Amino acid sequence: MSDGKYLSGEFFMSGDEACAEGAINAGCRFFAGYPITPATEIAERMSERMPEVGGTYMQMEDELASMAAILGASWGGVKAMTATSGPGFSLMMENIGLGVMLETPCVVVDIQRAGPSTGLPTLTGQGDMMQARWGSHGCYSIIALAPNSPQELYDLTITAFNLSEQYRLPVLIMSEAATGHMYEKIVIRPVSEIEITARRKPVVPPDEYLPFEPGDDLVPSMASAGSGYRLHVTGLTHDERGYPTMTAEAQSKLVRRLIDKVERNKESIIRLEEDGIDDAEVVVCSYGISARVSLIAIEQARQEGIKVGLLRLITVWPFPEDRVREIAGHIGAFVVPEINCGQISLEVERCAGGKAKTVLVPHMGGRVHDPESILEVIRQVAR
Amino acid sequence: MTTTTSTTTGARQHPLDEYLRADRLPHIWCPGCGIGLILNAFLRGLLKSGLDPDKVAVVSGIGCTGRAAGYLKLDSFHTTHGRAIPFATGLRLANPELKVVVFSGDGDLLAIGGNHFIHAARRNIDMTVICVNNFNYGMTGGQFGPTTPPTARTTTSRMGNTEASFNIPYLAEASGAVYIARWTTAQVTHLEKSITEALVKKGFSLVEVVSPCPTYYGRSNRLATGLSLMQYYRDSSITRHGISTRNAAIDFNGQITVGKFVDIYRPYLPDLRGRYNGTSA
Repeated sequence: MSDGKYLSGEFFMSGDEACAEGAINAGCRFFAGYPITPATEIAERMSERMPEVGGTYMQMEDELASMAAILGASWGGVKAMTATSGPGFSLMMENIGLGVMLETPCVVVDIQRAGPSTGLPTLTGQGDMMQARWGSHGCYSIIALAPNSPQELYDLTITAFNLSEQYRLPVLIMSEAATGHMYEKIVIRPVSEIEITARRKPVVPPDEYLPFEPGDDLVPSMASAGSGYRLHVTGLTHDERGYPTMTAEAQSKLVRRLIDKVERNKESIIRLEEDGIDDAEVVVCSYGISARVSLIAIEQARQEGIKVGLLRLITVWPFPEDRVREIAGHIGAFVVPEINCGQISLEVERCAGGKAKTVLVPHMGGRVHDPESILEVIRQVAR
Repeated sequence: MTTTTSTTTGARQHPLDEYLRADRLPHIWCPGCGIGLILNAFLRGLLKSGLDPDKVAVVSGIGCTGRAAGYLKLDSFHTTHGRAIPFATGLRLANPELKVVVFSGDGDLLAIGGNHFIHAARRNIDMTVICVNNFNYGMTGGQFGPTTPPTARTTTSRMGNTEASFNIPYLAEASGAVYIARWTTAQVTHLEKSITEALVKKGFSLVEVVSPCPTYYGRSNRLATGLSLMQYYRDSSITRHGISTRNAAIDFNGQITVGKFVDIYRPYLPDLRGRYNGTSA
């Protein structure tokens, strides 16, 4: 089942553990974190597994430090990850912004619990979805994925590492306690069969290297510390040399590119699962555990003769605006169940643009939805 | 004549130009500021250390001293306020070939970054911290900070600072640092030597440098020129190697105890980790 370093085969494990194994198979060799329910199991597993694969586990003094440490590790030339939950995610916002500005590949896992503040530490929530998009100050774009099972926590952790290297930015995995603590069968393919995106290293010698000169896809190549490039990077607005440049023009050029490298490559970033949308009158648009719970309601509604489709957001950010607009043109309503008081529903409503109704099925957290509450809304809007 | 080298263009080159981003000069620091002297001492100390400059990374936080990284032609990282040490921790542990130096100010390292400072010292992470202590927040216009001596005036303590200040060497020793020295910018030769020693020391080494900020701290406290501050350092510094760090506090306009206070061995990261894991660090 395993060659001692990499697992392969079928396993019964929690989402948190699957996430750690996904990271290892994606090539992660540095994990920094701070214990927090319900993400602690990721740190525990990484503390055991990192030394086995020649990596480093660092337990930092807080999440500010954890996020800073993974950025440092990434510039040291190593793939790096941290994992946390809401309170820690709030602290990480500062250096997620630095990661965006320095264009630093890394993965941040948020196993969401119910907030605000300490909230319900052991119980599930999806209240950090907008924070994932907008939580650090300033304008930027980000990539966030929402797994709906331990299997997907494994698979999407690998995807997250690949996207982070391809587009050079922190990629967020927005899971939740219900999935992180869920035990299920997961299938791990041999590591040799896994597609891995390598870091794009500079192809020019140090004296010709500009650390922030973008390629055709707007992404620059990345030298690591100690490789003789003697690069300078700064969280200040900078030019292609990486030098601070305090002008509105430099700001416009840099920030537009940071946004465009995500937005213009949306088509290849966005992953959706769709079912029965073509002839649907109602589409349930959801993500993570809430999309999974919705399946029960959808099944029941179909038995009652209602034409219901499913649009599951595997990629939540960048938001699949085009697809939602398209669907809005030929359905009556979107139903959006999420374990918060309305976050992704706002995006759905914005993109539906009045062409289709958007009805939120909120939940304040602590449990997943009762499928009956989703079914009830489907029935109402189908009338 | 000063030491110069002629180039093909005939331009005079500073002997440290190879290690400076000359295309970024002049720097942003005020006339009379001590950071330039310390940067110079750092580079001279680095060259004497025998370390390969391609394998040295400098990490800074935010503030006047935080800008130092941007002038060094080394791998250099200008990070977020207070987070230079954890960023450097990741860098150091990810790449065992690197010598990592944190070059930052007292506010950055000991106020907003204070927690990271004590934990890095506790872990005895292999890195060198150069802490430029100018007794106030210079970049924002001279407010009091964690090292401002009691009674000193700043723009947020017009009547005199009512808070106690950190004695940095004492804090570092209690937290676990294995090398601790303090100098002022009036003792650059000693400073240079301590920087070399700190750079080759394994574990968490700290060099505190008391440095003039005439524009803000000096002006608020009747030491309005770099020269008057340097005069004060020269007149009031007392070298006491090996003194108990407990007795190294700096009072307002008082005596400044300088010297090498701590130089010990303690197992450090990542070497210690390697021994537990049976892998080399």
